[in-house]
Parts: sequence; structure tokens; C-alpha cells
Amino acid sequence: MKFLCIDCDTQMAFEDRQQPGDGTFAASFACPRCGRRVAMLANPMETQLVSTLGVEIGGRTLDEQPLEFTRKAVAGRDDAFAEDASPAATRAPRPVWSNDAEERLTRVPGFVRGMVKKIYSDYARDRSIAEITPAIMDRAREELGLEGM
Amino acid sequence: MNHRNYFDVEGDDRSALGAQVGRQRARVTERLRDVRHVVAIVSGKGGVGKSYVTVSLARAATTRGAAVGVLDADLQSPTVARLLGAAGPLRVADDAVHPASGADGVRVVSTDLLLDDGRPLAWRTTTGESHVWRGAAETGVLREFLGDVAWGTLDLLLVDMPPDAGRLADLATLVPGKLSAIAVTIPSDESARSVHRALSSAQDVGVPILGIVENMSGYSCGTCDTIGPLFTGNAGTRLAAAFDVPLLARIPFVARGANNAWVPTALVDAVAPRSDPRPSTDHRPAITE
Repeated sequence: MKFLCIDCDTQMAFEDRQQPGDGTFAASFACPRCGRRVAMLANPMETQLVSTLGVEIGGRTLDEQPLEFTRKAVAGRDDAFAEDASPAATRAPRPVWSNDAEERLTRVPGFVRGMVKKIYSDYARDRSIAEITPAIMDRAREELGLEGM
Repeated sequence: MNHRNYFDVEGDDRSALGAQVGRQRARVTERLRDVRHVVAIVSGKGGVGKSYVTVSLARAATTRGAAVGVLDADLQSPTVARLLGAAGPLRVADDAVHPASGADGVRVVSTDLLLDDGRPLAWRTTTGESHVWRGAAETGVLREFLGDVAWGTLDLLLVDMPPDAGRLADLATLVPGKLSAIAVTIPSDESARSVHRALSSAQDVGVPILGIVENMSGYSCGTCDTIGPLFTGNAGTRLAAAFDVPLLARIPFVARGANNAWVPTALVDAVAPRSDPRPSTDHRPAITE
């Protein structure tokens, strides 16, 4: 998928994507020549069709997690998976989760919570962040494109 | 309005959805690199004992020293985990999900290990019309069961297929060149017709057929050597002739159940040739043709 600024006859550059949790999807693009910005807004059905393929508009920003699609898509039992410490855990201290961040994590369905927690933890370790707060989670979401997490 | 189209614009396609799909398939190929054989157990209909045959065959192969895994591709009606006594949780480590360990060390992955007891396979979604995308979603789960599970080195990965014949085409796409199939039928004419379609489907997608298993081929009380009649028909023989493949086994229904699991040598030979001979597991009366 490419976006073309017709006036400039120039391919627009991907800027950002958002998946606010209501089933919709948005991706924004900007023309590097004239600066015009456009947003592609997908309805829940369109978003579902793309996510069902296990692919991401705008490309992946994070390595695929084991059973990522399954864990995101299936309504499974909370204790289906047991997460081992990631390799990153052996090279950096385990970050602490603030109470607010823990509370926010509880809103993630249990089936996928372990995977999401690992992604945030790895993000923090890789950046030597000692405490994961909601602000850190927001930053990770933005940088890693963790829509809906 | 006149403007350039996709191929006229030379810049990168950052989404590159085709490339993302290609990487998914490459992940499957890489994960199955150390798996010697992938054998789909198919039927084209339900109720023929496909999962029972899968589990019995897996256990029989392990008695020959084979490292065996079972992937339960019957996502909607998973049974093999329970039949093999495998339980969760599934351990996630080293960029993979590790299979559960079942009877005789058979490695197992199944949606049965993921779902709450008594709950069907359901999807988290904010939209309805699931009939539009459900098939693709199930293929996605199958793909991840192949590509994201640390199967390790296996002599044999058995795939217990759902009753419908279509899923085999997905599997053939994901596991090119390494996949073969065994068809399970019961003796009846109705079963023969359904399994015939499944075998034709296998041929259409280029999956070699190793042979036919006729299950519930007679009835055994489990206490004597007598095999009595159960179904009419000879579907196993007919299908083997029609597709020019061997009838690998005729397995009777045994009143006392799977504890008496018995798999004829010819069937085990088809998937796990006897390289390290051990005492035969055959302890049930052979069925005469």
C-alpha cells in the first residue's frame, strides 16, 4: 500500500498509526514535498480483515511474538501460558511496575497479558528504565506501535 | 484524474503486506527444519476416530524411539491433548511457545490447552460478520502452531486435521514438500464417499497419500480374539484401490477403549520405519480380509 500526493506526484511517507480500541484503525501519511497530511481511517470490519492476516499496516515495529496472533485473537483462558524470563532479563535488572501501570495492565485480557507485559518489560530493560509507569507504557506504545495494548 | 498507480511509484511499500506474509511462511519453514516428516491425518468427515488413530499412531511411533509431536488442527473440537494426557500451561521462552508433554513424551499443541473448559473457540473482535474472516483466522492459528512452537527435532509431526477437507490445502501451502497424509475411514459407503473427496482434495494440492486406515472395522469385546461385525461396507479396501495406495490398517472398535490401543505394524511403518527395532506393540488379533 502506497499513498501518493497527486498534486506533487510524490509518494507520501508513513507517519503514525493508531488503534484506539474501538475496533477502528488510523494511519497517517505526509507528503515530504508539500507537507500535506492525510489519514487513512478504517472501520472495524476493514481493521478486522487486515489483523486477521497477522500483518500490520505500516510494517512491523516489533518482532513477532510467539503465538502473537492467536493470543490477540482468541478468547482463551487466563492461565494458558507461563512466561519465562526473557533473555533480556538476564542482562539487565527487572523493571518495577508502578501501581498505576499494574492497574492498567489488568485491563489487558489475561490470555494475552503475559505477552504484553513482556513487551513492556523488554522495552524498559533495553532502555535501562527502572520503573514502568503509564507514561512509559504510552511511550512504548507510540514507539513500538502497540495498538490496543 | 490522472496519476501514477502502485507500480509506477518506485518508493518502498512500508506496509509490504506480501512480504509480511512471506516472513510468516519463512518462520514456519525455519521452525520445521528439524522435523523429518509431517503427516496429516484426514478423513473428510467427523466421527471416524481420526483423533484416536492419531494418538495411537503417535504413541506407537514413540515405542520405536521416534521423537513425535502432535499438532491438533481440529481447532473447533480439539481432543488430542486430553487423549494424550497433556496439560498446560504452555511455557513461553526463547522466542517460542513450548509444546506440552503428553503420554510417552509426545509433544502436543492444541487449542484444548488454550480454552476454558467447556468453552468453544471464540474470537476477540469488535465486529460481527465473523463468517467473512473466521477461515483466515483459523489458518492464522494453524500457521502459528507450526511456526511459533518449539517443536525441536522430530522424526514425525502428526497433524490431526478437522473433518472438513479444505484445511489440508492451507497446511500444504504452509508446509510445502514435507507433508503427506493418511486417511481414516469407517467401513460404510457414506464414509467412503466423504473420504474419497478428502483424498481427491489431497491429490489436488499435491499431498502424497501414504495409505488408508479403516477404523471401527468390526467389533471386539476386548476379552477374546473374536472380531464381530459392526458396520457394513468395505470403504478401506475400495479407497485403497481407487487411489492405488495401501490399506495400512483395519482397526476394530474395542469395547474397553483406548487402553487396548493397538496399531498394526504396517501403519507404524508408514510413518516411522523401524530403524531401532524394539518389541512389537502388536498384541491384538489381526483382522482377516
